[in-house]
Amino acid sequence: MLHTLGLLLGCQLLGEVTARGFGLPMPGPVLGLALLVLILATMPTLAERLRPTTTVILANLSFLFVPAGVGVIGNFEVLSADGIALLAILTLSTVLSMLAAVGTFIGVRHATERWAP
Amino acid sequence: MTDVASLWSYLATSPLIWLTTTILAYLVADGVARQLGNPPWANPVLLSVLLIAPVLWLTQTDYTTYFEGAQFVHFLLGPATVALALPLWDNRDTIRTSVAPIVLALLTGSIVAAGSAIILARAFGLPMEVLLSLAPKSTTAPVALGISEAIGGIPALTAVLVIMTGIIGAVTVTPLMNLLRITDWRARGFAVGVAAHGIGTARAFQVNPLAGAYAGIAMALNALLTSLIVPLLVRWLV
Repeated sequence: MLHTLGLLLGCQLLGEVTARGFGLPMPGPVLGLALLVLILATMPTLAERLRPTTTVILANLSFLFVPAGVGVIGNFEVLSADGIALLAILTLSTVLSMLAAVGTFIGVRHATERWAP
Repeated sequence: MTDVASLWSYLATSPLIWLTTTILAYLVADGVARQLGNPPWANPVLLSVLLIAPVLWLTQTDYTTYFEGAQFVHFLLGPATVALALPLWDNRDTIRTSVAPIVLALLTGSIVAAGSAIILARAFGLPMEVLLSLAPKSTTAPVALGISEAIGGIPALTAVLVIMTGIIGAVTVTPLMNLLRITDWRARGFAVGVAAHGIGTARAFQVNPLAGAYAGIAMALNALLTSLIVPLLVRWLV
């Protein structure tokens, strides 16, 4: 568990340093994710050692968003007079985005499978 | 035996009580959701917030004090994002065969997420700084805040909109995909990851591991693409 946490934090740290150092438009953890994929590609046996801890973390991913969620309640006044309009926009926009992504994904998959040899 | 007031004044300012409250609230919320069979509306983040908010209100605790305790949980979002590397690695073979769907669905999903928000905000006649705060709503929080600041939005408002978007996506994805009779877990996961970042990804993992892996890919790629396209979309659509 400590080995895994150390590796995850180390990748995040390297990601943060790279992102900030080069002024890249992406968060450190996302670069850290890419770095860990590269590490796994060079050392595939590492995957099984990481599995127990990462499984626990990802199974409880919702838990990690609770403090930020409580922040929404604490910051509710920023929604001000536009609250209802914003809720409608968020709902509509999120559904439209999912429809666009799922439609494209399935459509392209069918098209490429048809052309595949 | 110290009096209750002085004991409370000590506890209320220490991280211990709010960290404990956060964990207990989540365990109750997650337990309830599991008992019910994880229905879409019983979102663990939403339920936890609904349990914690009255406690903060009754004890007259401000959010800053609460967050001093809860920040240890919040901090783990970084390592958890890095941990998404493992499901990605596990599913590398299916990912290799679906590069084209991934890239194109990322493009349409990202553009519609930001573009429709801008167009709808204009249609509703919202103020410009609110519109700019809304544009990066489907991106993971740290990136969304950076984009919002760069284009002239209000980062505090963006933070609220990002979390709301995540919960909306997590709650609507299952009924929407069932309605459309979509059975491909890769497509379902990818869609919620593009539209509703980490909270959508958490929902995907709750439902199916393959959906979770694809949601994680979508979330990571969307963070990169959104930061590139939002400034362009704002220029074209506003």
